[in-house]
Amino acid sequence: MRVAILSWAVFILNTQLFKSQLNKGIVLNNSKTLFQKLWDDHIVVPETADTPAVLYIDLHIIHEVTTPQAFALLQQQGLAVRRPDLTLATMDHSTPTTPVVTFKDLEVVGKAAANQVRQMEKNCADFGIELLGFGSQQRGIVHVIGPELGATQPGKTIVCGDSHTSTHGAFGALAFGIGTTEVGHVLATQCVLQRKPRTFEVNVTGALGNGVTAKDLVLGIIGQVGIDAGTGHVIEYRGEAISALGMDSRMTVCNMSIEAGARAGIVAPDDTTYEYLHGRQRSPSGADWDKALTRWRKLRSDEGAVFDKSVTVAADKLQPMVTFGTNPGMVVGVNEAVPDNTADPSFKKALDYMQIEAGKPMTENAVDVVFIGSCTNSRLSDLQEAADVVKGRTVADGVRMLVVPGSQQIKKDAEAIGLDRIFTEAGAEWREAGCSMCIGMNGDTVGKGQLSVSTSNRNFEGRQGLGARTVLASPMTAAASAIAGKVADPRRYLQD
Amino acid sequence: MEPINIIQSRTVLMPAKDIDTDQIIPARFLTTTTKEGLGDVVFNDLRRDASGNDIDTFVLNQPQSAGCRILVGGNNFGCGSSREHAPWALLDYGFQAVISSEIADIFKSNSLKNGLLPIVIDADTHADLLSNPGVSVTIDLEAQSIAIEDGKTVKFPIDSFARYCLLNGVDQLGYVRQQSAAIDAFEENRTWTP
Repeated sequence: MRVAILSWAVFILNTQLFKSQLNKGIVLNNSKTLFQKLWDDHIVVPETADTPAVLYIDLHIIHEVTTPQAFALLQQQGLAVRRPDLTLATMDHSTPTTPVVTFKDLEVVGKAAANQVRQMEKNCADFGIELLGFGSQQRGIVHVIGPELGATQPGKTIVCGDSHTSTHGAFGALAFGIGTTEVGHVLATQCVLQRKPRTFEVNVTGALGNGVTAKDLVLGIIGQVGIDAGTGHVIEYRGEAISALGMDSRMTVCNMSIEAGARAGIVAPDDTTYEYLHGRQRSPSGADWDKALTRWRKLRSDEGAVFDKSVTVAADKLQPMVTFGTNPGMVVGVNEAVPDNTADPSFKKALDYMQIEAGKPMTENAVDVVFIGSCTNSRLSDLQEAADVVKGRTVADGVRMLVVPGSQQIKKDAEAIGLDRIFTEAGAEWREAGCSMCIGMNGDTVGKGQLSVSTSNRNFEGRQGLGARTVLASPMTAAASAIAGKVADPRRYLQD
Repeated sequence: MEPINIIQSRTVLMPAKDIDTDQIIPARFLTTTTKEGLGDVVFNDLRRDASGNDIDTFVLNQPQSAGCRILVGGNNFGCGSSREHAPWALLDYGFQAVISSEIADIFKSNSLKNGLLPIVIDADTHADLLSNPGVSVTIDLEAQSIAIEDGKTVKFPIDSFARYCLLNGVDQLGYVRQQSAAIDAFEENRTWTP
C-alpha cells in the first residue's frame, strides 16, 4: 500500500518517468543510473535554477598544451593549487617521439613546443605538482598512464584539459574533458561548475566477430547514432558485447564517446576491471583494496533505471570499419562501397577533400602512411594485434608505418615480448611514447594530400597535418593496410 | 571581463556542418603559452593556402565580412577537441557571438567563460540566417533574444548562471572560490578518499 501511494505521488510529479518505467514493466523503485550515483557522490553544492552544481574532482590530469594559461591565471591571482596530491602531470602532445636526453632534443619539434614543455616543468615545480616528465618511465599519453598507474579507479570523477578524458569512463569513473579556464578552476578549488547532463544508454548485443575489434565497434556506434547524438549526454555502454571486452578495449570505446558528441562515456566496473587494477602502483592495497571493492561493486545502473535515451547496436553485424570522410561518423565496413550522399554539400565537401569516390569500396584506395598509436589505440593489446598481422610480412613499398606506444611502460613491455622487432623487421618505425601523429603537434605529420590509415580518433581536415587525408581504423586494419599498400581487410591476414 | 549585453552586427556565414575546433584553430598553433594573437590564425587552413597566401573564396577574406562580429555556423559547430584556443582565436579576431542550430558542449562551455556568446536557435531561424548573407542581427543577452533586420525576433536559451556572469562581467572562478567552506566540509565528510 505504501508503495502504491508513493508511486502515485511520483506519477503526479513525473508522469514521463513513470510511463517509461511502466513500459519496462516496473512499478516504482528508486533505481539510479550509474551516472546518477557518480554525480550524487560528488556534489559539493547542488545545482539550482540560477547556479550550476559545484562538483568535486578526485583526479585532475594535466599536460603541457592546455595548462600554461591556467597556471598564469593562478599566478595573477596569487592562488595555490588546492590538491597537488590529486593532480597527475605528464607531457605528451608537443613532445618528440625521438629520444629526449637534453633540451636540444626537445627542439626538434620547434622552439615554441620546447618552450611549452619547459613552461610545464617550471609550473609543476612552482606549484608543487609531481611531473612524470622526460626521464620518467611513467611518462606517456594522459589517458594511457592514468589507468596504467592505477590512478584511474571506479567511482572517481576525473577531468583533464583534453576531450578524450572520456577514456577513463571505461573503469566506471565519471570522466570528461574541460577547457583551460576550468583547468584553472580545478587547480585552485578542486571543483568544476557543471549542469547535470542527460543519460544515453548504448546497449550492445551479440559478440564481435574474428578480426572485428572495439575500434570497429565504436566506429560502428558513431556511424549509427551520428556525431552529435551525444551532445548534452553521458553515454553508458552496456550489454553482453561490452562485458566481454577487456579493459584496453573498453578504453577504446569510451575514448571515442566525444566523437559522438558526448563528453563522457562509462562502463560499469566488474571483475575484468578489478583484475586490471589489482596490484597497480596507485591502486588501493591490503584492507583498502577490500573496502574499495565493496564500494565499487555498487557502481552499476540499478535494474529499472531510466535513461533519457537509448539505442541498441548489434555487435555481430559489424565488420572491420573504416572512415571515408572528414568526421568519425562517416564510416563504412571495409569491403562496403562508400555511400552516395553527395546531394548534401557538407558530404560532398568531405569526399572532395578526401579524394574518395562515392559508390566505390574503400579497399581501392592506395595508402601512403600508417599510424599505430594515440590514446585510442596505443596500449599493449593494440600493439599486439597490429604485430599479429605484420609478423613475418613487409610493409608495402612507398608506405611509411609509424608505431608509437602510449606510454614508456608500454614501450618497455612491448620490447620485452619482441613486438618492436616485429615492427622494425617489417620496415616500420618504432618510437618513444606520445600523442604523435594523432594530432601532429610534434613534427610527426602526414604530408599534404597523403592518405593515412590511422588508429587515432579524428579524421578532421588537416588533423594529422596540412592537407592530410585520414582514414580511421583498428590496429589490425591499419597494419593490414600497411602490408597491402591499400586500405585492406585484416581478416585476410589472420590465421584461423 | 567586460560586461556584455547588446551585440549588433552583420553576420558572416559558414554554413558547413560540423565545423570542428581543428578547423577553427589547427593543432600546430597550440604550442603557445598565452592567449594573445590567436586571431591571426583563426581558420588558418581555410583562410590561407600552403604558401600563406589568402584564399579569395574564403568568406573571411571577402570585403563584406570586414568588421562583422557575429558568425553563423552550420549545425554542430565547435565539435571535437576541448581546446579553449578556439574561442580565444574567434574573440581575438573580433567575433563576439556564434549562432548555430547546435553547438558542441565543450566549445559552448569554453565560449561562455570568455565572453563569446554561443547562441543556439531553432532550425527554421537558422535556415533563414543562412539564406540571408550579411543580414544585420541584434543580440540582446538580457532579453535572451535575437532580432533579425526586417524579420523576426526569436528567443534563445542560455545557462542562467553564465548569463548573469556575462551581463555583469563577473569571473566564474570567484564564485567557485566563495564555496570554499562547502568544499572543506565535503572533503572532511567523505566516506572514502580518492
